[in-house]
Amino acid sequence: MKKYIIAGVLVVAFVAYLVFANKGSTPVAVVSTTTPTTTDPAPATGTVSGGTTSGGTGTGSGSGSTSGGTTTGTIGQYKDGTYTGSVADAFYGKLQAVVTIKGGLITNVTFPQAPSGGNSSEVSAFALPALKQEAIAAQSANVNTVSGATQDSQAFNESLAVALAQAKN
Amino acid sequence: MKQTRLMMGMPITIEIVDPQATAAVFDEVYDYFAHIDETFSTYKSTSEITAINDGTLVLADASAEMQVVFAMCEETKKETNGYFDIKTPNGKFDPSGLVKGWAIWNAAKLLEKKGLKNFYVDAGGDIQPHGHNADGKKWAVGIKNPFNAIENIKVMYVNTEGVATSGTYIRGLHIYNPRGGNAPVSDIVSLTVIGPNIHDADRFATAAFAMGVDGINFIERLRGYEGYIIDTKGVATMTTGFEKYTIA
Repeated sequence: MKKYIIAGVLVVAFVAYLVFANKGSTPVAVVSTTTPTTTDPAPATGTVSGGTTSGGTGTGSGSGSTSGGTTTGTIGQYKDGTYTGSVADAFYGKLQAVVTIKGGLITNVTFPQAPSGGNSSEVSAFALPALKQEAIAAQSANVNTVSGATQDSQAFNESLAVALAQAKN
Repeated sequence: MKQTRLMMGMPITIEIVDPQATAAVFDEVYDYFAHIDETFSTYKSTSEITAINDGTLVLADASAEMQVVFAMCEETKKETNGYFDIKTPNGKFDPSGLVKGWAIWNAAKLLEKKGLKNFYVDAGGDIQPHGHNADGKKWAVGIKNPFNAIENIKVMYVNTEGVATSGTYIRGLHIYNPRGGNAPVSDIVSLTVIGPNIHDADRFATAAFAMGVDGINFIERLRGYEGYIIDTKGVATMTTGFEKYTIA
């Protein structure tokens, strides 16, 4: 349940972040959450990992956060202010979340520290060549082990949890 | 025998099918990972990489393995047109994007040297298998559903090929560009690479992921590598030879 709360909070935070971050610039306007083609309605763990921040979406940009963490409101679950999470081990690098709360709601999440591992190209709208495509679907076959990007999201959860713990009313 | 330990911020699992596996063998491999962490962790004040980043140690005076890692990083940067770069925005060096896969590969070689033939080493979802599983079959490796971590969306069957996945969940959001009609900008959430070993699979997966939607084309062009990429809409694109790994 906690994960879903964090997931929900993150989606809101990311939307807020994009809207906020784009006040000063132009391109991105509307954001909607992914509807996975798989059956489970849970939007993953709602985690944010370093790949993106290292991927050129602007680490720590558009923060405008009221650093100093002045506590001014007690409307929601969290006290207003800016809270910095722990530096978590994503192995690919350090990962650290900074959360801004306004009116009791998360209004911004930035990553002053995020894993490196390459510089992303600009998001490209080019269609892929004629490689085979398919909609992903859950497989029931037994496996010995699973390949996936886990460590970044765990590190993110860890850092965000620390930041939010500080913000608790 | 199978063991999992939480090290370097991730679960590291080793399964050895061969009956001669002992607890001491497991300890030795985990000790190797601990050594790697001590040497290459950028947030350990006592690590060798930190000494390099602090300017108290020059690369020429560093350990042989540090010099090897830097050389491999430089090579990978060339091979990936600069997409793989260990230089961070603040001018420090962070080779961990290469070290992880390399360390897994070295751990597997350590097991091989002990005469072990059937095992896998999995560090945070990057896997180096060897031989066969407990049923005498190829190792079955799932690809985690990037939208639902408890689910697998593909199963690959491998003997000695390395399997690495780069991914992120923040890209699981549609971003619409008002200037481009209503078409969402396609972006990726997960990219899995199968290669001759985990070291090479991992460094190319890391670089290809940074390329965004173009990453699968990069893998397609690499001889001896196959890839499976998943975009924000849950649509997967695979390289032309990928499906041979989906047959048990």
